[in-house]
Amino acid sequence: MPTAEELKRRIEAGIPGAAAEVEDLNGTGDHFRATVIAPAFAGKSRLEQHRLVYDVFGEEVGGPIHALSIKTRTQ
Amino acid sequence: MSESNPIREAIQQAIDEHDVILFMKGTPEQPACGFSARTVGALQAVGHPFAAVDVLPDPRIRQELSAISEWPTIPQLFVRGELVGGCDIVSEMYESGELAQTLGVEPPEDAPAVEPEAAPPPMGIENRLG
Repeated sequence: MPTAEELKRRIEAGIPGAAAEVEDLNGTGDHFRATVIAPAFAGKSRLEQHRLVYDVFGEEVGGPIHALSIKTRTQ
Repeated sequence: MSESNPIREAIQQAIDEHDVILFMKGTPEQPACGFSARTVGALQAVGHPFAAVDVLPDPRIRQELSAISEWPTIPQLFVRGELVGGCDIVSEMYESGELAQTLGVEPPEDAPAVEPEAAPPPMGIENRLG
């Protein structure tokens, strides 16, 4: 079961320069909320920014990670 | 074996045929997931009609939808054939007023077309003055 800490590390490893905060919303290891700040988001639409975050987890989103709510900022 | 894929074709057709279409869990009257419920709430608050497709009856709907949209989660809102986003993006857009703008910028197909702004008159007209 993924943990918020593990998701945070993977986002930060997967997106260059990213700083992430991840919350486990229900404490059940399947609904998370991530706030991600990354210079890599600059010039990208919100849709593309969220896709970059989803792409870190591939098919796990919708699987073991049932829900991943995302907020993105460039700084 | 990807030559004939009736489910994917039906989804693409639904996206093409509806200006505003939401793929969700459950129905607008009875959403089966909090994220779908929030997204329906934002659309209803803006007051623009939308088509809704429940992805729950057949897991292949979700699978094929995500293959088309390259977006892993449900709900998914499409406006004029383009993916706008899921619950987070639609909620943010609702709060910032962008959602109303996105839904309202173009008149519906049966509304009279807005006349383009009058082009500046050709130089010759000015010369006729005086």
